[in-house]
Amino acid sequence: MHRHGRTLVGRMAAPMVAAVLALGGCASTPDNPDDPLEGYNRAVFAFNDRLDKAVLKPTAQVYDKFTPLPLRAGIGNFFGNIGDVWIGVNNILQGKGADGMSDLARVLINSTVGILGIFDIATEFGLERHDEDFGQTLGSWGVAEGPYFMLPVLGPRTLRDAGATAVDLTVDNTWYGGQLVTETGVTILKLVNTRANLLAADKVLDEGALDRYVYLREAYLQRRRYEVYDGRPPREREDDYWSDDSGGR
Amino acid sequence: MRKNLVNWLAAAAIGLTASLAMAGPGPEELTKQLTEEVLAAVEADTEIRAGDTEKAIRLVEERVLPHFNFGHMTALAVGRDWRGASPEQRQALTEQFRTLLVRTYSNALTQYDNQTIVFKPFRGRPDDRDAQVRTEIRQPGAQAIQMDFSLEMVGENWKVYDVVVAGVSLVTNYRASFSQQVRQTGIDGLIESLKVKNRDMVAEKS
Repeated sequence: MHRHGRTLVGRMAAPMVAAVLALGGCASTPDNPDDPLEGYNRAVFAFNDRLDKAVLKPTAQVYDKFTPLPLRAGIGNFFGNIGDVWIGVNNILQGKGADGMSDLARVLINSTVGILGIFDIATEFGLERHDEDFGQTLGSWGVAEGPYFMLPVLGPRTLRDAGATAVDLTVDNTWYGGQLVTETGVTILKLVNTRANLLAADKVLDEGALDRYVYLREAYLQRRRYEVYDGRPPREREDDYWSDDSGGR
Repeated sequence: MRKNLVNWLAAAAIGLTASLAMAGPGPEELTKQLTEEVLAAVEADTEIRAGDTEKAIRLVEERVLPHFNFGHMTALAVGRDWRGASPEQRQALTEQFRTLLVRTYSNALTQYDNQTIVFKPFRGRPDDRDAQVRTEIRQPGAQAIQMDFSLEMVGENWKVYDVVVAGVSLVTNYRASFSQQVRQTGIDGLIESLKVKNRDMVAEKS
């Protein structure tokens, strides 16, 4: 593993662990079995929210406004192409060899015909982009999610996915030559690009939620389960009380 | 004899066609019609695209709501506490939840920006009474978003009772906050907080 690749993650992990030790203890009366660290999580959520309002969101809005669509697509495709290598590896680790090969074929096509990944030609050839990461791999191996766990800056995770994110980031950073300046620049650009893609979702969270913290937590947990099962999670029917007496079906 | 048979066949054919027509579109056709109609309407409507939420709400109420089973959606969102709710409370919950969802997602329509919806192969049998229609929202320059509809047969018609966007159910995602509210303030408390929420949303707009 690359020495510099580890430093960025390492430097993020240390204060995180410290924060959990400090705040995890004061988690009061957990309302939800998935969220025993609610006290700590809400504190970090509030911090992230303030950071978002002050810095990240305004930056993303400027980026959104002044980056023309072709450039934006090019940036997304470029990072996507590099990410496809790790997605392919994760598919193979999950025993989905055909999907993994398709991901690696994508990298081959997009890196060459797609000019260093700026154009996603492979999708047009019918090789779809997959959504995989190390957390999903752990999930498919049967590793439990563990408690919901809010990371500073990066946002919602479960304990399993927080650990897996450290692996994802380390792998990702090795592509950028181990230069801390490049790594940091790339991380920021990706963060802003991702945030810009989420701007439209803000309204839903702001207006649709009774409690934004709970709404985001439930959305994150549902989404991760959906991803681990590749879009076909077991259907939960036990809490459906409509058919009881309403005569609906 | 032969003429009788022809007559009988003709009658049977007419009867069959009529009953098919009465049964209405299947789950996939219904979802297609619905999404195509709404996207075409939004695309053609500069006011909605400029952010006219009230107009988007009218569009949703006219075209979309008739095909949704809001009673079932509310029961799913409320979960276990639905059992303890009186018929009046159920009705009030359904009304408020409908208002909340319609407002929230009509708002999302105003953000429409040339997305297209692609339908994935439908896996359902003709005699099913519950079906899933899987689609993908494609948008230029960004990753596609999965959108799955759950439909059920209500009487003679298919009705949507859940929509799952990017793996998140727009319905059951409310369950945790609803049951938290019920635990703290009872079912009437939940109804009240939904009313307040809906009122605030209207107030913010004007």
